[in-house]
Amino acid sequence: MLEVQDLEVSYGDVRALGGVTLTVGAGEIVALLGPNGAGKSTLLKSIAGLLRPRGGSIRWEGEDLGAVGAHEIVERGLALVPEGRRLFGSMTVGENLELGAFAPHARRVHAESLERVYALFPALRERRGQLVRALSGGQQQMVAVGRALMSAPRLLMLDEPSLGIAPRLVASIFDSLVEINRAGVGVFLVEQNVRASLSFAHRAYVLEGGRVVGSGPAAALLEDPHVRRAYLGPLAVRA
Amino acid sequence: MRILAQQLVLGLMLGGLYGLAAAGLSLVFGVLKVLNVAHGELIMLGGYAAFFVVGLFGLDPFASLLLVVPLSLLLGVALYAGLFGFVVRASEETRVKNSLLIGFGLALSLHALAVRLWTADERSIITPYGGAVLRVGGLSIPVLRLTILALAFALIAALHLLLTRWRWGRAIRATAEDWEAALLSGIDVRRAYLLAFALGTALAGAAGTLVAIGYSVSPSIGLEWTLKALIVVVLAGLGSMIGTFVGGLVLGAAEALSGFTFGGPYREVVGLAIFVVVLVARPRGFFGR
Repeated sequence: MLEVQDLEVSYGDVRALGGVTLTVGAGEIVALLGPNGAGKSTLLKSIAGLLRPRGGSIRWEGEDLGAVGAHEIVERGLALVPEGRRLFGSMTVGENLELGAFAPHARRVHAESLERVYALFPALRERRGQLVRALSGGQQQMVAVGRALMSAPRLLMLDEPSLGIAPRLVASIFDSLVEINRAGVGVFLVEQNVRASLSFAHRAYVLEGGRVVGSGPAAALLEDPHVRRAYLGPLAVRA
Repeated sequence: MRILAQQLVLGLMLGGLYGLAAAGLSLVFGVLKVLNVAHGELIMLGGYAAFFVVGLFGLDPFASLLLVVPLSLLLGVALYAGLFGFVVRASEETRVKNSLLIGFGLALSLHALAVRLWTADERSIITPYGGAVLRVGGLSIPVLRLTILALAFALIAALHLLLTRWRWGRAIRATAEDWEAALLSGIDVRRAYLLAFALGTALAGAAGTLVAIGYSVSPSIGLEWTLKALIVVVLAGLGSMIGTFVGGLVLGAAEALSGFTFGGPYREVVGLAIFVVVLVARPRGFFGR
């Protein structure tokens, strides 16, 4: 279980997060919604250890992650699929996946993880010898999700996995997230695609200006007037 | 025509060493984003280490690699722990500037230290088979330098295997490409930096040994080797060690060609011309990713 308490993060003098509190339970799917610049990516990067908070705490399964290095956070079972995928483009699909299992605990189960990833994304098995930069955006996203799964996470965090991907493939990425979750892996998702993410998340938080301004079960947020107006557009209000 | 061919052969053999010298610089620059301008001085130190190892233990000159390379590896660890590890903590934009300051400081200190300890005399390792020559179709190929070329290639090939097959080798490449993504994959990036720097220093030590065997060392050779290595890195681009080796051969051949065509003093000019032309026409280099 992930517990974020009063988290404050700044870039120099600019405050990005001003006291964020939220939780993600074991095996839960939680969506994080909000406009550009609300601090969504900042929150995920802080949890992953890429940014150091100025205040507040991040606890994972009871342990304070404040002093834990980013690569050790992976070892603890937290994985982040970063915005823009950030794959190793000059390496093959297979090499990218192998690198995902670099942490010691992931290495031990690396063969099973690889089978699971190939079962989830059969296209990757055929392309394992290809250079990643030769793949389409959707396939690259599969590699990015696959690389994170190779670290055998208990919580998978994704920063806008649908960005720059054909709509047809977005649905299949979301389907795979449901399947990943069915295996017991928690999913914490940042998305611009509000309707799609609320349709499969259990709960959601709304982040605006570095603060949580709304939260609740996904179904309730879909009916919430503020969420509808701000994120689902005027047509949704009329419907 | 025969003279030109002979010059080209000698140029290629020197070029193999350029490639080896550049490989270490390229590895450190590509992974740490740190330009170690003291790389040539590390080559110089390697040369002296080989010189004294051979003198003290009476080893075969090439066998001295077995001692000099591990010693250089340790020197690399120490230099990283004491100097370059601090540079790496800075943001990537300020890193190159800081590394230049530290690198020049280190280069000057090592140069002064070498003059103090070993005087400014040129030295080279005398080998029992120094004068042997192969005759191929009217060309004379010095066996010693041919062996050096072969060893330089073998070392580059070993490095290539290390970076593609070894777990940490792949981690080093991943770190070079995107250190944040490497962290997110569970790679201890600081350790990848340390390994890359130590490997780069070990390569410098190996290059220095071969320089001392086939050519000569003196305290002042550092700058020249740093410049040659830098030209090759620009020519070849980052990310391919085999490409770096080929880049070294190209520079060696180009120098020989320009020396033959325009006369000895112009040997050195062609490298600078290559440097400028490649930076303008193809800044990624010819084998860069």
